[in-house]
Amino acid sequence: MKRTEPVVVRRLLLVLAVGVAAAAAAASIIGAREMSSPADYQAAIAFCCLVAVGELLRVNLPGDRDAAPIGGAAVIGYALLVRVDGEVARHAAADVITVAAAGCFLTAIVHLLAQRDPRPVDIAARILGAATTAWLFRPWLADHPAEALGRPSTSLVVAMAIATLAGGAVGTTVAACERAARLRAPFIATLRNEVQAQLGLGAAMASTGILLALSVPKLGLWALLVFMGPLLVTQFSFRRYASISATYRQTIRALSRVTEVSGHVETGHSRRVMNLSVAMGREFGMTESELLDLEYAALMHDIGQLSLTDPIPRGSTLTVAPSERRRIAELGAAVIRSTGTMDRVAHIVGCQANAYRKMRETVDVEVPLPSRIVKTASAYDDLITASRVVRGKRASWDALERLRLGMAYEYDPRVIEALTKVLRRSGDL
Amino acid sequence: MRELPPRARAYFWAVCALAGAVLVGSGFALRDATAADLAQVAILLLLLGAVNSFSTRTSADITVSIGFIVCLASVVLLGPSGAAIVAAAGGTTGPLLYKRVFNSAQYVLASWMSAIGWALVLGAARLGNQPEWRVLVAASFATVVFCLVNSLLVACIISLTTSISVARVWSGTLSWGTFTYLGYGLLGVLMAQLYRNVGPATSILFLAPLLVARRAFANYAELRNAYDGTVSALVQAVETKDYYTRGHSERVARVTEMVAREWGMREDRVQVIKIAGMLHDVGKLGVPTRVLQKQGKLSQLEFEAIKIHPLRGFEMLSEIDFLSEAISGVYHHHERMDGRGYPLGLVGEEIPEFARIIMVADAFDSMTSTRAYRQAKSVADAVIELRRCQGDQFDENVVDCLVAGIDKHGWSPHPEDFFGEQVDRDGRPMVQAAAAGAEGVREED
Repeated sequence: MKRTEPVVVRRLLLVLAVGVAAAAAAASIIGAREMSSPADYQAAIAFCCLVAVGELLRVNLPGDRDAAPIGGAAVIGYALLVRVDGEVARHAAADVITVAAAGCFLTAIVHLLAQRDPRPVDIAARILGAATTAWLFRPWLADHPAEALGRPSTSLVVAMAIATLAGGAVGTTVAACERAARLRAPFIATLRNEVQAQLGLGAAMASTGILLALSVPKLGLWALLVFMGPLLVTQFSFRRYASISATYRQTIRALSRVTEVSGHVETGHSRRVMNLSVAMGREFGMTESELLDLEYAALMHDIGQLSLTDPIPRGSTLTVAPSERRRIAELGAAVIRSTGTMDRVAHIVGCQANAYRKMRETVDVEVPLPSRIVKTASAYDDLITASRVVRGKRASWDALERLRLGMAYEYDPRVIEALTKVLRRSGDL
Repeated sequence: MRELPPRARAYFWAVCALAGAVLVGSGFALRDATAADLAQVAILLLLLGAVNSFSTRTSADITVSIGFIVCLASVVLLGPSGAAIVAAAGGTTGPLLYKRVFNSAQYVLASWMSAIGWALVLGAARLGNQPEWRVLVAASFATVVFCLVNSLLVACIISLTTSISVARVWSGTLSWGTFTYLGYGLLGVLMAQLYRNVGPATSILFLAPLLVARRAFANYAELRNAYDGTVSALVQAVETKDYYTRGHSERVARVTEMVAREWGMREDRVQVIKIAGMLHDVGKLGVPTRVLQKQGKLSQLEFEAIKIHPLRGFEMLSEIDFLSEAISGVYHHHERMDGRGYPLGLVGEEIPEFARIIMVADAFDSMTSTRAYRQAKSVADAVIELRRCQGDQFDENVVDCLVAGIDKHGWSPHPEDFFGEQVDRDGRPMVQAAAAGAEGVREED
């Protein structure tokens, strides 16, 4: 099956979001006569400013994700707001979208001026999510005006929760669509990863949004500022977490180069094996934490060679006896295990020299899939590097052909199939 | 319980008895309360219990104390009697029964006193009728009372079990971080306002972001600890090339950390320079083993091969953003103050601060450990040697810091002894030091 090009998905998404925002803006300008009271305008402007501030203070989550919990909470709060200045709030769904889009637009300009990436796709996903919440809740409130007065009833809170959840679901799905197309990964696995990554911050954002909608009628607009306190703490904690995970990753990448610096393997080998392995892992629909383990294992798969007194020529383990290969893999696993926190990675590295199946069995269940992936990727890169004469597609064909000859015993056919797909997409084949 | 000394046991029972008396008195005071008031007490009690059982113990420098917020909200909403009863749910976590009991007891006393403090400032009138500045003052006062009672009660039992003076333990538990509790106190008042004006359900919505934040901080702390372990394990694995330098990076990291603290560096920079000290020699892998282990004089060519290692290290580490400031330290750690070092031959103050510190730590550890070509020097001899070379080779101020650090902490190449000495020196066991940072609403650990 041919997958859609990432650019197409991206453009489609942007056009959709801009279309929704433009239509909403037009609708709210036409309907502006109904929104007569100055308190309504005051609320709209206050929420719009908060959206803009929230978008300015966005956070990066691990895995190059972007979130703006404060802006999101403000949009949810405005979408669910039932009363302004003692009277039923009359703003329609279109007005909510206009406020959200205006806030995002203002901030995008600031980001552009500061030469930062405004991340239009993330903004588009957030606007579509907010639009869903508003479309579900505002008409419902218009049909049940009695809910807006008095203490919040159960049905009001349930309606708010449903609208918020639906908005979150739409936003996450849209973001996952774009991500799946960009990373060339299966959609379901990407969606699951996206939900896992956004759940914590999303829950904090949604609860603050509902809290805003419930408390602004009682406490007035200054509640907007006060409730940002807890959310700022949350955001800060996520930023700390994201920075330490980035550091961890960069450090492993840097240290994985020791085998190259010491002349045990060819320059760039670990990095290339890592890229191939992660692409293959995505083909198999691995979760994000599995992919991270695979990434570390691929980066450090040759670390056992450091213990060899005489480096293997060009670091290619293809040229040594299977028993020696297994010994090197075990040495590497021992090094990684000594960190005390990377046992899964150590296991992957330790099994990488094993054949994918035993005699008379279809598959050796003790050899984990990531090990089979790393084994195949490493062999492929060794073969490519070794072929000094032929280059380009011809070399890839030859290397793949060599691997296919080993399918009966050494290399898992499913992994080779995944490798073929990855290579074909990247244009190497 | 058995392991506690008799005096600590007596103190434990005294605190429990006092808390029990307060609880009985509170129950008596509430006998005429309306069903609605009792329902409030029950809801907050359950909330505190639930929030605490989600609690994750971390050794992070920052923590979010959600239990404290709930306690202060109940102080505002319920007054002394109700607050004391709610606080009984404060010690729901912990592996040992007697610790849970003690934590509950000290929560009860702290909440009760804090509620009395709140009432002293505001009078018996209910929240909502006073000017806002008085509410602020009352909230701050109640927070201070809570923190004081709480930390004092915990400091006493730690002091009784470890026989360190109360004042010392107490000053250890109070830090600048305590001031964030004023902020948490205000959040507690806000939670109470919402609870009364909008409804009890708001409490969950209000606390959700903080629960999420606490979880994220716990994840952060876990990864942070794993990070140091991973780097040191990988570096040690890499060091297998040369038997004599085994453990060198680890020790240099420790010396670097000690000097950096004496130097008065900020904590986050100390963490960075520690990792830089650990990684200062990764570039050595590019140098052939034959050259590294050679005994006797090196040829010009061999020396050139060695001189390239700071550059190799620089190249490898340059993509780690976290180390961006420290990378110059790795690159320049073989410069000399008189400009006769390598790779660039920088002079004096031109050499980055990080490099000057790592340089001294590196030299100190090389001298005090055995090498292929000579035996280890004693610490005293090494200091004399450093003093002799200061000005020409080393920065005088850095050497001063190293000497001051050794005077305070002592130095042993083996980490176990080192930590042992540190405990004696501070007069505080590690467990307690960790507990001081662990949670602001201090619990006995």
